[in-house]
Amino acid sequence: MRSRILRLSRLSRISRISRLLAALLAVVVVVPASAQDSTRGVRIGLRYDPATKPGIALLPIPGFAGDSVQTILERDFDFSNRLAVVTLMTAEGLLLAGDRPSAGAAGGAARLNYPLFAKLGAAAVLQITPIKDGLHVALHEVGRAQVASVEEFRLPTPELGKEWRYAVHGVADAVVEWITGQRGMAQSRIAFIRGNVVRIIDSDGHGEEALPMLGAALSPSWHPSGSIIAYNTFGPESRIVLHDLRTGRTRDLGAQRNTTNVTPVFTPDGKSLAYSLSTENGADLYVMTLDGEAFPRRVTVGRGSMNVQPSFSPDGNRVAFMSDRSGHPEVYIMDADGTNADLFTAFDFGDQNYRASPDWSPDGRQVTFQTRIDWRFQIFTMSLRDRQPRQLTSEGENEDPSWAPDGRHIVFSSTRSGTRQLWILDTESGRLRQLTQAGGSRVPAWSPRLIAKER
Amino acid sequence: MTATTRAFPVVLALFALAAVDACRPAPPPAPAVDTAAIRRAREDSIREVNQRNEAAAAEARRRAVQDSIDRARAAEEAMRRDSEMLRSVVAMAINFDLDKSDLRDDARANLDSKIPILLANANVTIRVAGHADERGSSEYNLALGQRRAAAAKRYLVERGVAESRIETTSFGEERPLCTESNESCWSQNRRDEFEITAGGPMLMRPR
Repeated sequence: MRSRILRLSRLSRISRISRLLAALLAVVVVVPASAQDSTRGVRIGLRYDPATKPGIALLPIPGFAGDSVQTILERDFDFSNRLAVVTLMTAEGLLLAGDRPSAGAAGGAARLNYPLFAKLGAAAVLQITPIKDGLHVALHEVGRAQVASVEEFRLPTPELGKEWRYAVHGVADAVVEWITGQRGMAQSRIAFIRGNVVRIIDSDGHGEEALPMLGAALSPSWHPSGSIIAYNTFGPESRIVLHDLRTGRTRDLGAQRNTTNVTPVFTPDGKSLAYSLSTENGADLYVMTLDGEAFPRRVTVGRGSMNVQPSFSPDGNRVAFMSDRSGHPEVYIMDADGTNADLFTAFDFGDQNYRASPDWSPDGRQVTFQTRIDWRFQIFTMSLRDRQPRQLTSEGENEDPSWAPDGRHIVFSSTRSGTRQLWILDTESGRLRQLTQAGGSRVPAWSPRLIAKER
Repeated sequence: MTATTRAFPVVLALFALAAVDACRPAPPPAPAVDTAAIRRAREDSIREVNQRNEAAAAEARRRAVQDSIDRARAAEEAMRRDSEMLRSVVAMAINFDLDKSDLRDDARANLDSKIPILLANANVTIRVAGHADERGSSEYNLALGQRRAAAAKRYLVERGVAESRIETTSFGEERPLCTESNESCWSQNRRDEFEITAGGPMLMRPR
């Protein structure tokens, strides 16, 4: 259980720190907390500004797994691109202030040498203590020289196991949320294809595993619960396969003669599956309920054209998809019932008219897709409001973008390193990192946030 | 002549007889002809001749059979070569232009050569598998492959091949023939492959 001992909802001036240190902290914009913070809560008095990264320092974590926790958290903070990790090279004794903390002080939070942390560029200090079932986490706000948030997190056993790692990623995401008001995306995974096998890798590149396949596969996608992966097989007896990650059981649908099932995705309510059925008379989008009670409902009338790659708006009311109804592939948006189809990529990208692979952002505001430029695909985003395209890549060929649950990062495949690998791009800072190490990795799908199983 | 003189030759003869008798230790040897041996020899000889004759006849028969087998084999081989040739015509891939699924003239000519073979071998079923090059979206390319397979099927069905004999499927860009990134490679990869799925061990030439 989580227990909140201390929560700040009001902010103060940078008063206890010298003017010199205030300059160091200038990146930290201090504003009064607004009323809207009172329910979900920005726990620390920093208004998040994507152009800057508040510094965070981690005190050494005692215990058997302490180093592992620290390594995972520091990497998660770095990969969040919302925080700058301040590495502590200082002797431990200097980290604490002169007056010794009383044993069993609130949440075990010791009194820190705040001016020192300010000097090191840390706006926040994370103090983690192992407890019986997990971790006690205290977040110090350096500017106010006090503890801003305290929470206990349960960690499943065994230590260092897969579920344990997810839970630690969850701590990182919570801390990012305390500081920036927006939850991180460390506690997520990415499904992708290599060698026509669906594989899953943690967002930090750890723990790649392959799912057992019912055939040569393409196009994995996640159920909103994060517990089911859908994919399609191709060739004779093409199917849609639903793989339950908790039980390992699979269910398969389709396998009609003379058809290929393409790009299955779940609807945001998790109750239905949308996919493209490619027949000898074009490819149309269908929606079927997962309980199997109703016949699949056709939602596009392509008249021989190909309509594939559906991606729902977060409210489930609209669908972005790729269609060649106009003679070449473009991205369209329609209502979920198939009405009001509208060309989304109505923009002059040059003469190589080929837009594909739309993915609707989790905040609903923009769609990412790929455009062919000089015979290579590049990743774009376009906001629904102003429909101004923004090019995010130019090196190598870049395909199949998929949003992270934080609505800020995008995973895609790229040939920029010489082989096809998955890369993660921070759409706000432009920072890139390579996620996979084996060539031929492609068609990624970023999971929703995953909740670690409690033991 | 006295009685003694008259009796003398008789005595002499008796003596002679006695002497002859005295000189004979055993009966004179039997004549050198052994009839059993002769019979055996004759039988052996007859058997030998018969065996030679039979062997010759058997060899003749064997040769005749072998000749017949050889002739049949040669005929079968010719048919097989024929069938192989016919199969290769049926299996010949057709190619497509970039991002397109309509049949080019060379593809139509290719399909035209398959039609009489398919019509002459009504028990043959085929699978048409559409493929794409690597340049499009790999997910869209699965649909494109299906449409390329359907284009060939439609052409064959319109010219009399039963719809039920042709299965279509797609491998998109997932099974390239050629893996270099150049147009010569890409153009080979944009294709329909034709595979005989049943009834195809021996194809008959169209009459």
